[in-house]
Amino acid sequence: MDTKVNLPVTEKPKLSVRNLNFYYSSFHALKNINLDIPENKVTAFIGPSGCGKSTLLRTFNRMFELYPDQRAEGEILLDGENILTSKDDVSLIRAKVGMVFQKPTPFPMSIYDNIAFGVKLFETLPRIEMDERVEWALKKAALWNEVKDKLNQSGSGLSGGQQQRLCIARGIAIKPEVLLLDEPCSALDPISTGKIEELIHELKTDYTVVIVTHNMQQAARSSDYTAYMYLGDLIEFGPTSDVFMKPKKKDTEDYITGRFG
Amino acid sequence: MSDKHLSTQFDAELSGISTRVLEMGGIVESQVARSVYALTNFSAEIASEVLMTEERVNQIEVEIDRDLSTIIARRQPTARDLRLLIAISKTIANLERVGDEAARIARTVQRLLNSGVSSRLRLPVKDLGYESELAVAQLRKALDAFARLDVDKAVEVLKADDLIDQEFEGLMRKLITFMMEDPRTISSSIDLVFVAKAIERVGDHAKNLAEQIIYIVKGTDVRHNSVNDVESLVR
Repeated sequence: MDTKVNLPVTEKPKLSVRNLNFYYSSFHALKNINLDIPENKVTAFIGPSGCGKSTLLRTFNRMFELYPDQRAEGEILLDGENILTSKDDVSLIRAKVGMVFQKPTPFPMSIYDNIAFGVKLFETLPRIEMDERVEWALKKAALWNEVKDKLNQSGSGLSGGQQQRLCIARGIAIKPEVLLLDEPCSALDPISTGKIEELIHELKTDYTVVIVTHNMQQAARSSDYTAYMYLGDLIEFGPTSDVFMKPKKKDTEDYITGRFG
Repeated sequence: MSDKHLSTQFDAELSGISTRVLEMGGIVESQVARSVYALTNFSAEIASEVLMTEERVNQIEVEIDRDLSTIIARRQPTARDLRLLIAISKTIANLERVGDEAARIARTVQRLLNSGVSSRLRLPVKDLGYESELAVAQLRKALDAFARLDVDKAVEVLKADDLIDQEFEGLMRKLITFMMEDPRTISSSIDLVFVAKAIERVGDHAKNLAEQIIYIVKGTDVRHNSVNDVESLVR
Protein backbone atom coordinates (compact mmCIF):
# COMPACT_ATOMS: atom_id res chain seq x y z
CA MET A 1 0.00 0.00 0.00
CA ASP A 2 1.17 3.51 -0.74
CA THR A 3 2.39 5.26 2.37
CA LYS A 4 0.22 8.25 1.52
CA VAL A 5 -3.49 7.98 0.94
CA ASN A 6 -4.86 11.16 -0.51
CA LEU A 7 -8.47 12.12 -0.62
CA PRO A 8 -9.76 14.06 -3.58
CA VAL A 9 -8.87 17.71 -2.96
CA THR A 10 -12.54 18.53 -2.52
CA GLU A 11 -12.73 16.47 0.69
CA LYS A 12 -11.58 17.69 4.09
CA PRO A 13 -10.19 14.94 6.31
CA LYS A 14 -11.79 14.63 9.75
CA LEU A 15 -9.52 11.84 10.90
CA SER A 16 -6.05 11.26 9.50
CA VAL A 17 -4.31 7.98 10.23
CA ARG A 18 -0.55 8.12 9.80
CA ASN A 19 1.87 5.17 9.97
CA LEU A 20 -0.42 3.37 12.39
CA ASN A 21 0.76 0.02 13.75
CA PHE A 22 -1.24 -1.98 16.23
CA TYR A 23 -0.23 -4.93 18.37
CA TYR A 24 -2.12 -7.48 20.44
CA SER A 25 0.87 -8.42 22.63
CA SER A 26 3.32 -9.63 19.99
CA PHE A 27 0.74 -10.03 17.21
CA HIS A 28 1.08 -7.29 14.63
CA ALA A 29 -2.57 -6.61 13.76
CA LEU A 30 -2.37 -3.36 11.77
CA LYS A 31 0.58 -2.74 9.50
CA ASN A 32 1.53 0.82 8.78
CA ILE A 33 -1.93 2.14 7.96
CA ASN A 34 -2.22 5.52 6.26
CA LEU A 35 -5.72 6.78 5.62
CA ASP A 36 -7.80 9.96 5.60
CA ILE A 37 -11.42 9.75 6.75
CA PRO A 38 -13.36 12.57 5.06
CA GLU A 39 -15.60 14.88 7.09
CA ASN A 40 -19.39 14.51 6.82
CA LYS A 41 -19.10 11.39 4.73
CA VAL A 42 -19.71 7.72 5.39
CA THR A 43 -16.58 5.59 5.18
CA ALA A 44 -16.90 1.79 5.22
CA PHE A 45 -14.22 -0.72 6.18
CA ILE A 46 -14.62 -4.10 4.53
CA GLY A 47 -12.52 -7.25 4.51
CA PRO A 48 -12.55 -10.86 5.67
CA SER A 49 -12.64 -11.78 9.36
CA GLY A 50 -9.41 -10.96 11.12
CA CYS A 51 -8.29 -8.36 8.57
CA GLY A 52 -8.10 -5.63 11.22
CA LYS A 53 -11.10 -3.50 10.28
CA SER A 54 -12.66 -3.56 13.77
CA THR A 55 -9.22 -3.11 15.33
CA LEU A 56 -8.68 0.00 13.22
CA LEU A 57 -12.11 1.34 14.19
CA ARG A 58 -11.38 0.79 17.87
CA THR A 59 -8.22 2.89 17.70
CA PHE A 60 -10.26 5.94 16.68
CA ASN A 61 -11.62 6.40 20.20
CA ARG A 62 -8.86 4.50 22.05
CA MET A 63 -11.37 1.79 22.91
CA PHE A 64 -8.46 -0.71 22.84
CA GLU A 65 -7.02 0.84 26.01
CA LEU A 66 -9.64 -1.07 27.98
CA TYR A 67 -7.55 -4.18 27.37
CA PRO A 68 -4.03 -4.87 28.61
CA ASP A 69 -1.27 -5.84 26.14
CA GLN A 70 -2.84 -3.88 23.30
CA ARG A 71 -0.93 -0.93 21.93
CA ALA A 72 -1.04 1.46 19.00
CA GLU A 73 1.92 3.26 17.46
CA GLY A 74 1.72 6.11 15.00
CA GLU A 75 -0.68 8.98 14.71
CA ILE A 76 -4.44 9.36 14.55
CA LEU A 77 -5.21 13.01 13.99
CA LEU A 78 -8.69 14.26 14.86
CA ASP A 79 -8.89 17.73 13.32
CA GLY A 80 -5.10 17.78 13.42
CA GLU A 81 -4.65 16.67 17.03
CA ASN A 82 -3.10 13.28 17.74
CA ILE A 83 -5.61 11.44 19.92
CA LEU A 84 -3.16 8.65 20.72
CA THR A 85 -0.88 11.02 22.64
CA SER A 86 -3.57 13.47 23.72
CA LYS A 87 -3.43 14.51 27.36
CA ASP A 88 -7.20 14.90 27.38
CA ASP A 89 -9.28 12.51 29.41
CA VAL A 90 -10.14 9.53 27.25
CA SER A 91 -13.86 10.03 27.94
CA LEU A 92 -13.60 13.46 26.30
CA ILE A 93 -12.22 11.80 23.20
CA ARG A 94 -15.06 9.28 23.30
CA ALA A 95 -17.54 12.13 23.63
CA LYS A 96 -16.21 13.45 20.32
CA VAL A 97 -15.90 9.99 18.77
CA GLY A 98 -18.97 7.94 19.65
CA MET A 99 -19.34 4.24 19.04
CA VAL A 100 -22.12 1.71 18.45
CA PHE A 101 -21.37 -1.98 18.73
CA GLN A 102 -22.37 -5.10 16.88
CA LYS A 103 -24.80 -6.29 19.53
CA PRO A 104 -27.25 -3.77 20.95
CA THR A 105 -26.06 -2.80 24.42
CA PRO A 106 -28.87 -0.93 26.15
CA PHE A 107 -28.12 0.00 29.77
CA PRO A 108 -30.38 -1.73 32.29
CA MET A 109 -32.45 1.40 32.80
CA SER A 110 -35.37 3.21 31.18
CA ILE A 111 -35.35 4.28 27.56
CA TYR A 112 -35.18 7.90 28.70
CA ASP A 113 -32.24 7.29 31.03
CA ASN A 114 -30.38 5.29 28.39
CA ILE A 115 -30.17 8.52 26.39
CA ALA A 116 -29.79 10.93 29.29
CA PHE A 117 -27.05 8.94 31.03
CA GLY A 118 -24.23 9.89 28.67
CA VAL A 119 -25.40 13.48 28.32
CA LYS A 120 -25.26 13.94 32.11
CA LEU A 121 -21.57 13.03 32.10
CA PHE A 122 -20.69 16.04 29.99
CA GLU A 123 -23.46 18.56 30.42
CA THR A 124 -25.75 19.74 33.18
CA LEU A 125 -29.04 20.44 31.52
CA PRO A 126 -32.30 21.64 33.08
CA ARG A 127 -34.99 18.98 32.92
CA ILE A 128 -36.81 20.62 30.02
CA GLU A 129 -33.67 20.81 27.91
CA MET A 130 -32.82 17.23 28.73
CA ASP A 131 -36.31 16.21 27.60
CA GLU A 132 -35.70 18.06 24.36
CA ARG A 133 -32.31 16.39 23.90
CA VAL A 134 -33.77 12.91 24.46
CA GLU A 135 -36.57 13.60 22.00
CA TRP A 136 -34.11 15.03 19.48
CA ALA A 137 -31.80 12.01 19.70
CA LEU A 138 -34.67 9.52 19.45
CA LYS A 139 -36.09 11.38 16.47
CA LYS A 140 -32.68 11.43 14.78
CA ALA A 141 -32.42 7.71 15.33
CA ALA A 142 -35.91 7.20 13.84
CA LEU A 143 -37.15 5.64 17.08
CA TRP A 144 -39.24 8.42 18.62
CA ASN A 145 -42.61 7.39 17.21
CA GLU A 146 -42.16 3.84 18.47
CA VAL A 147 -41.14 4.73 22.04
CA LYS A 148 -42.58 8.17 22.82
CA ASP A 149 -45.35 6.67 24.96
CA LYS A 150 -43.08 4.34 26.94
CA LEU A 151 -39.98 6.37 27.74
CA ASN A 152 -40.01 5.10 31.32
CA GLN A 153 -40.01 1.45 30.33
CA SER A 154 -36.80 -0.55 30.29
CA GLY A 155 -34.62 -0.31 27.19
CA SER A 156 -34.14 -4.07 27.18
CA GLY A 157 -37.84 -4.56 26.45
CA LEU A 158 -37.39 -3.23 22.91
CA SER A 159 -36.85 -5.40 19.86
CA GLY A 160 -33.30 -5.94 18.58
CA GLY A 161 -33.65 -3.35 15.85
CA GLN A 162 -35.17 -0.84 18.27
CA GLN A 163 -32.42 -1.52 20.81
CA GLN A 164 -29.79 -0.85 18.16
CA ARG A 165 -31.46 2.42 17.20
CA LEU A 166 -31.63 3.25 20.93
CA CYS A 167 -27.85 2.74 21.10
CA ILE A 168 -27.39 5.01 18.08
CA ALA A 169 -29.64 7.60 19.75
CA ARG A 170 -27.51 7.31 22.89
CA GLY A 171 -24.39 7.73 20.76
CA ILE A 172 -25.60 10.88 19.05
CA ALA A 173 -27.25 12.42 22.14
CA ILE A 174 -23.88 13.66 23.38
CA LYS A 175 -23.40 15.28 19.97
CA PRO A 176 -20.15 13.62 18.93
CA GLU A 177 -18.28 14.69 15.81
CA VAL A 178 -17.51 11.20 14.61
CA LEU A 179 -19.72 8.14 14.92
CA LEU A 180 -18.11 4.70 14.74
CA LEU A 181 -20.41 1.80 13.88
CA ASP A 182 -19.02 -1.69 14.36
CA GLU A 183 -21.27 -4.04 12.38
CA PRO A 184 -24.37 -2.20 13.55
CA CYS A 185 -26.79 -4.34 11.55
CA SER A 186 -25.36 -7.83 11.78
CA ALA A 187 -27.98 -8.91 14.34
CA LEU A 188 -30.89 -7.14 12.67
CA ASP A 189 -33.65 -8.07 10.24
CA PRO A 190 -33.76 -6.41 6.79
CA ILE A 191 -36.35 -3.82 7.79
CA SER A 192 -34.41 -2.65 10.84
CA THR A 193 -31.25 -2.74 8.71
CA GLY A 194 -32.97 -0.55 6.14
CA LYS A 195 -33.99 1.93 8.84
CA ILE A 196 -30.46 2.12 10.19
CA GLU A 197 -28.99 2.58 6.72
CA GLU A 198 -31.46 5.40 6.12
CA LEU A 199 -30.39 6.85 9.46
CA ILE A 200 -26.70 6.62 8.52
CA HIS A 201 -27.50 8.57 5.37
CA GLU A 202 -29.20 11.32 7.39
CA LEU A 203 -26.53 11.40 10.07
CA LYS A 204 -23.75 12.31 7.70
CA THR A 205 -25.00 15.87 7.30
CA ASP A 206 -23.92 16.45 10.91
CA TYR A 207 -21.41 13.72 11.60
CA THR A 208 -18.51 11.86 10.11
CA VAL A 209 -19.54 8.21 10.06
CA VAL A 210 -17.21 5.21 9.92
CA ILE A 211 -18.83 1.80 9.57
CA VAL A 212 -17.34 -1.68 9.74
CA THR A 213 -19.45 -4.22 7.93
CA HIS A 214 -19.28 -7.81 6.74
CA ASN A 215 -22.15 -7.10 4.42
CA MET A 216 -20.59 -5.81 1.23
CA GLN A 217 -23.92 -4.75 -0.21
CA GLN A 218 -24.39 -2.61 2.88
CA ALA A 219 -21.04 -0.92 2.29
CA ALA A 220 -22.00 -0.43 -1.36
CA ARG A 221 -25.39 1.01 -0.43
CA SER A 222 -24.56 3.27 2.46
CA SER A 223 -20.98 4.51 2.17
CA ASP A 224 -19.28 7.27 0.17
CA TYR A 225 -15.79 5.82 0.59
CA THR A 226 -14.69 2.24 1.06
CA ALA A 227 -11.48 0.80 2.47
CA TYR A 228 -10.62 -2.84 1.80
CA MET A 229 -8.34 -4.45 4.37
CA TYR A 230 -6.63 -7.80 4.41
CA LEU A 231 -4.37 -9.35 7.07
CA GLY A 232 -3.71 -6.01 8.74
CA ASP A 233 -2.90 -4.15 5.53
CA LEU A 234 -4.99 -1.45 3.90
CA ILE A 235 -5.20 -2.81 0.37
CA GLU A 236 -7.33 -0.19 -1.33
CA PHE A 237 -9.19 2.96 -0.40
CA GLY A 238 -11.34 5.05 -2.69
CA PRO A 239 -14.81 6.29 -3.59
CA THR A 240 -17.31 3.45 -3.06
CA SER A 241 -18.59 3.69 -6.63
CA ASP A 242 -15.06 3.05 -7.95
CA VAL A 243 -14.28 0.26 -5.51
CA PHE A 244 -17.43 -1.65 -6.41
CA MET A 245 -17.43 -0.96 -10.15
CA LYS A 246 -13.75 -0.80 -11.04
CA PRO A 247 -11.40 -1.56 -8.16
CA LYS A 248 -7.74 -0.77 -8.77
CA LYS A 249 -6.34 -3.88 -7.09
CA LYS A 250 -7.03 -7.44 -8.13
CA ASP A 251 -7.19 -8.50 -4.46
CA THR A 252 -10.04 -6.06 -3.87
CA GLU A 253 -11.87 -7.26 -6.96
CA ASP A 254 -11.50 -10.91 -5.95
CA TYR A 255 -12.94 -10.15 -2.52
CA ILE A 256 -15.92 -8.06 -3.59
CA THR A 257 -16.84 -10.41 -6.43
CA GLY A 258 -16.72 -13.43 -4.13
CA ARG A 259 -13.60 -15.03 -5.59
CA PHE A 260 -11.88 -14.97 -2.24
CA GLY A 261 -11.12 -18.41 -0.91
CA MET B 1 -13.40 -15.43 -16.34
CA SER B 2 -10.27 -17.14 -15.23
CA ASP B 3 -10.63 -17.44 -11.47
CA LYS B 4 -13.44 -19.19 -9.71
CA HIS B 5 -16.02 -17.79 -7.36
CA LEU B 6 -16.66 -19.31 -3.96
CA SER B 7 -20.05 -20.18 -5.42
CA THR B 8 -19.58 -22.73 -8.22
CA GLN B 9 -23.24 -22.20 -9.13
CA PHE B 10 -22.51 -18.52 -9.84
CA ASP B 11 -19.58 -19.57 -12.05
CA ALA B 12 -21.86 -21.96 -13.90
CA GLU B 13 -24.47 -19.22 -14.42
CA LEU B 14 -21.90 -16.75 -15.80
CA SER B 15 -20.25 -19.24 -18.12
CA GLY B 16 -23.68 -20.51 -19.21
CA ILE B 17 -24.85 -17.05 -20.19
CA SER B 18 -21.55 -16.31 -22.00
CA THR B 19 -21.97 -19.53 -23.98
CA ARG B 20 -25.50 -18.49 -24.98
CA VAL B 21 -24.14 -15.13 -26.22
CA LEU B 22 -21.58 -16.95 -28.36
CA GLU B 23 -24.29 -19.25 -29.66
CA MET B 24 -26.42 -16.24 -30.60
CA GLY B 25 -23.36 -14.62 -32.19
CA GLY B 26 -22.67 -17.72 -34.24
CA ILE B 27 -26.24 -17.77 -35.55
CA VAL B 28 -26.34 -14.11 -36.64
CA GLU B 29 -22.86 -14.37 -38.15
CA SER B 30 -24.06 -17.21 -40.37
CA GLN B 31 -27.31 -15.29 -41.09
CA VAL B 32 -25.31 -12.40 -42.53
CA ALA B 33 -23.08 -14.70 -44.59
CA ARG B 34 -26.11 -16.67 -45.86
CA SER B 35 -28.12 -13.55 -46.73
CA VAL B 36 -25.29 -12.17 -48.85
CA TYR B 37 -24.77 -15.63 -50.40
CA ALA B 38 -28.48 -15.55 -51.31
CA LEU B 39 -27.87 -12.22 -53.03
CA THR B 40 -24.73 -13.18 -54.94
CA ASN B 41 -26.32 -16.48 -56.04
CA PHE B 42 -29.85 -15.12 -56.61
CA SER B 43 -31.28 -17.79 -54.29
CA ALA B 44 -34.81 -17.21 -52.96
CA GLU B 45 -34.58 -20.44 -50.98
CA ILE B 46 -31.60 -19.34 -48.89
CA ALA B 47 -33.14 -15.89 -48.40
CA SER B 48 -36.23 -17.44 -46.85
CA GLU B 49 -34.03 -19.70 -44.67
CA VAL B 50 -32.40 -16.56 -43.26
CA LEU B 51 -35.80 -15.06 -42.51
CA MET B 52 -36.91 -18.19 -40.70
CA THR B 53 -33.89 -18.01 -38.39
CA GLU B 54 -34.81 -14.49 -37.29
CA GLU B 55 -37.48 -15.82 -34.96
CA ARG B 56 -34.95 -18.01 -33.17
CA VAL B 57 -32.48 -15.13 -32.70
CA ASN B 58 -35.19 -12.97 -31.14
CA GLN B 59 -36.14 -15.82 -28.85
CA ILE B 60 -32.52 -16.28 -27.66
CA GLU B 61 -32.23 -12.55 -26.98
CA VAL B 62 -35.32 -12.64 -24.78
CA GLU B 63 -34.03 -15.71 -22.93
CA ILE B 64 -30.59 -14.20 -22.29
CA ASP B 65 -32.21 -10.99 -21.05
CA ARG B 66 -34.36 -12.98 -18.64
CA ASP B 67 -31.30 -14.87 -17.34
CA LEU B 68 -29.42 -11.58 -16.90
CA SER B 69 -32.17 -10.15 -14.69
CA THR B 70 -32.26 -13.35 -12.65
CA ILE B 71 -28.51 -13.37 -12.07
CA ILE B 72 -28.46 -9.69 -11.10
CA ALA B 73 -31.37 -10.15 -8.70
CA ARG B 74 -30.00 -13.29 -7.08
CA ARG B 75 -26.25 -12.65 -7.06
CA GLN B 76 -25.96 -8.88 -6.77
CA PRO B 77 -22.78 -8.93 -8.83
CA THR B 78 -20.08 -6.28 -8.51
CA ALA B 79 -17.00 -5.09 -10.41
CA ARG B 80 -16.06 -7.25 -13.40
CA ASP B 81 -18.98 -9.65 -12.89
CA LEU B 82 -21.36 -6.69 -13.06
CA ARG B 83 -19.46 -5.24 -16.02
CA LEU B 84 -19.71 -8.58 -17.80
CA LEU B 85 -23.49 -8.71 -17.34
CA ILE B 86 -24.02 -5.08 -18.39
CA ALA B 87 -21.82 -5.69 -21.44
CA ILE B 88 -23.73 -8.85 -22.32
CA SER B 89 -26.98 -6.91 -22.17
CA LYS B 90 -25.63 -4.43 -24.72
CA THR B 91 -23.92 -7.13 -26.77
CA ILE B 92 -27.09 -9.14 -27.34
CA ALA B 93 -28.95 -6.00 -28.40
CA ASN B 94 -26.21 -5.49 -31.00
CA LEU B 95 -26.32 -9.11 -32.11
CA GLU B 96 -30.08 -8.94 -32.48
CA ARG B 97 -29.65 -5.92 -34.75
CA VAL B 98 -27.08 -7.83 -36.80
CA GLY B 99 -29.82 -10.44 -37.25
CA ASP B 100 -32.19 -7.65 -38.33
CA GLU B 101 -29.67 -6.45 -40.95
CA ALA B 102 -29.36 -10.01 -42.30
CA ALA B 103 -33.16 -10.24 -42.50
CA ARG B 104 -33.26 -6.87 -44.27
CA ILE B 105 -30.78 -8.18 -46.86
CA ALA B 106 -32.79 -11.39 -47.27
CA ARG B 107 -36.01 -9.46 -47.88
CA THR B 108 -34.21 -7.28 -50.43
CA VAL B 109 -33.04 -10.42 -52.22
CA GLN B 110 -36.64 -11.67 -52.36
CA ARG B 111 -37.84 -8.32 -53.72
CA LEU B 112 -35.08 -8.20 -56.35
CA LEU B 113 -35.89 -11.73 -57.49
CA ASN B 114 -39.63 -10.99 -57.60
CA SER B 115 -38.96 -7.95 -59.82
CA GLY B 116 -37.10 -10.20 -62.23
CA VAL B 117 -33.52 -9.25 -61.47
CA SER B 118 -31.02 -11.90 -62.45
CA SER B 119 -27.33 -12.27 -63.16
CA ARG B 120 -27.95 -10.88 -66.65
CA LEU B 121 -28.19 -7.34 -65.27
CA ARG B 122 -24.49 -7.59 -64.22
CA LEU B 123 -25.00 -5.64 -61.02
CA PRO B 124 -21.85 -5.52 -58.83
CA VAL B 125 -23.15 -8.11 -56.38
CA LYS B 126 -19.71 -9.74 -56.07
CA ASP B 127 -18.36 -6.50 -54.58
CA LEU B 128 -21.06 -6.73 -51.94
CA GLY B 129 -19.80 -10.23 -51.28
CA TYR B 130 -16.36 -8.84 -50.51
CA GLU B 131 -17.76 -6.17 -48.17
CA SER B 132 -19.73 -8.82 -46.34
CA GLU B 133 -16.66 -11.07 -45.97
CA LEU B 134 -14.94 -8.20 -44.19
CA ALA B 135 -17.95 -7.56 -41.94
CA VAL B 136 -18.47 -11.24 -41.09
CA ALA B 137 -14.76 -11.61 -40.31
CA GLN B 138 -15.00 -8.61 -37.99
CA LEU B 139 -18.00 -10.11 -36.25
CA ARG B 140 -16.26 -13.47 -35.85
CA LYS B 141 -13.15 -11.80 -34.48
CA ALA B 142 -15.22 -9.77 -31.99
CA LEU B 143 -16.99 -12.94 -30.82
CA ASP B 144 -13.62 -14.72 -30.47
CA ALA B 145 -12.34 -11.79 -28.44
CA PHE B 146 -15.46 -12.00 -26.27
CA ALA B 147 -14.96 -15.73 -25.68
CA ARG B 148 -11.37 -15.15 -24.54
CA LEU B 149 -11.88 -11.63 -23.12
CA ASP B 150 -8.98 -10.64 -25.35
CA VAL B 151 -8.46 -6.86 -25.33
CA ASP B 152 -5.74 -6.87 -28.03
CA LYS B 153 -8.05 -8.65 -30.43
CA ALA B 154 -10.88 -6.24 -29.55
CA VAL B 155 -8.60 -3.31 -30.43
CA GLU B 156 -7.77 -5.00 -33.77
CA VAL B 157 -11.52 -5.10 -34.52
CA LEU B 158 -11.81 -1.37 -33.78
CA LYS B 159 -8.86 -0.63 -36.06
CA ALA B 160 -10.19 -2.71 -38.95
CA ASP B 161 -13.62 -1.03 -39.07
CA ASP B 162 -12.21 1.63 -41.41
CA LEU B 163 -11.69 -1.01 -44.11
CA ILE B 164 -15.41 -1.74 -44.25
CA ASP B 165 -16.24 1.95 -44.32
CA GLN B 166 -13.84 2.43 -47.26
CA GLU B 167 -15.35 -0.55 -49.06
CA PHE B 168 -18.81 0.92 -48.53
CA GLU B 169 -17.73 4.28 -49.98
CA GLY B 170 -16.24 2.47 -52.97
CA LEU B 171 -19.46 0.56 -53.54
CA MET B 172 -21.47 3.77 -53.40
CA ARG B 173 -19.36 5.29 -56.16
CA LYS B 174 -19.68 2.15 -58.25
CA LEU B 175 -23.46 1.92 -57.85
CA ILE B 176 -23.89 5.61 -58.68
CA THR B 177 -21.89 5.04 -61.85
CA PHE B 178 -24.15 2.08 -62.72
CA MET B 179 -27.26 4.19 -62.23
CA MET B 180 -25.89 7.01 -64.37
CA GLU B 181 -24.82 4.71 -67.17
CA ASP B 182 -27.97 2.64 -67.27
CA PRO B 183 -31.10 4.17 -65.70
CA ARG B 184 -32.87 0.77 -65.97
CA THR B 185 -30.70 -0.40 -63.05
CA ILE B 186 -31.71 2.50 -60.78
CA SER B 187 -34.35 0.60 -58.85
CA SER B 188 -32.20 -2.47 -58.19
CA SER B 189 -29.09 -0.35 -57.58
CA ILE B 190 -30.91 1.52 -54.83
CA ASP B 191 -31.77 -1.82 -53.27
CA LEU B 192 -28.08 -2.72 -53.38
CA VAL B 193 -27.19 0.62 -51.74
CA PHE B 194 -29.37 -0.44 -48.82
CA VAL B 195 -27.72 -3.87 -48.73
CA ALA B 196 -24.26 -2.27 -48.70
CA LYS B 197 -25.41 -0.01 -45.87
CA ALA B 198 -26.79 -3.01 -43.94
CA ILE B 199 -23.42 -4.78 -44.24
CA GLU B 200 -21.61 -1.65 -43.13
CA ARG B 201 -23.89 -1.57 -40.07
CA VAL B 202 -22.91 -5.17 -39.26
CA GLY B 203 -19.32 -3.91 -39.08
CA ASP B 204 -20.43 -1.16 -36.71
CA HIS B 205 -22.12 -3.72 -34.46
CA ALA B 206 -18.91 -5.79 -34.40
CA LYS B 207 -17.12 -2.63 -33.31
CA ASN B 208 -19.66 -2.08 -30.52
CA LEU B 209 -19.04 -5.65 -29.34
CA ALA B 210 -15.30 -4.98 -29.24
CA GLU B 211 -15.87 -1.84 -27.13
CA GLN B 212 -17.92 -3.86 -24.65
CA ILE B 213 -15.08 -6.40 -24.31
CA ILE B 214 -12.69 -3.60 -23.36
CA TYR B 215 -15.27 -2.41 -20.82
CA ILE B 216 -15.53 -5.88 -19.27
CA VAL B 217 -11.78 -6.39 -18.94
CA LYS B 218 -10.50 -2.88 -18.27
CA GLY B 219 -13.56 -1.18 -16.81
CA THR B 220 -13.03 1.70 -19.23
CA ASP B 221 -15.85 2.97 -21.41
CA VAL B 222 -14.11 3.58 -24.75
CA ARG B 223 -17.18 4.43 -26.80
CA HIS B 224 -17.03 7.65 -28.80
CA ASN B 225 -13.22 7.71 -28.81
CA SER B 226 -10.87 7.53 -31.77
CA VAL B 227 -9.01 4.25 -32.24
CA ASN B 228 -5.73 5.92 -31.27
CA ASP B 229 -7.24 7.24 -28.04
CA VAL B 230 -8.63 3.79 -27.27
CA GLU B 231 -5.19 2.25 -27.69
CA SER B 232 -3.68 4.63 -25.19
CA LEU B 233 -6.65 4.15 -22.81
CA VAL B 234 -6.22 0.38 -22.67
CA ARG B 235 -2.43 0.28 -22.38
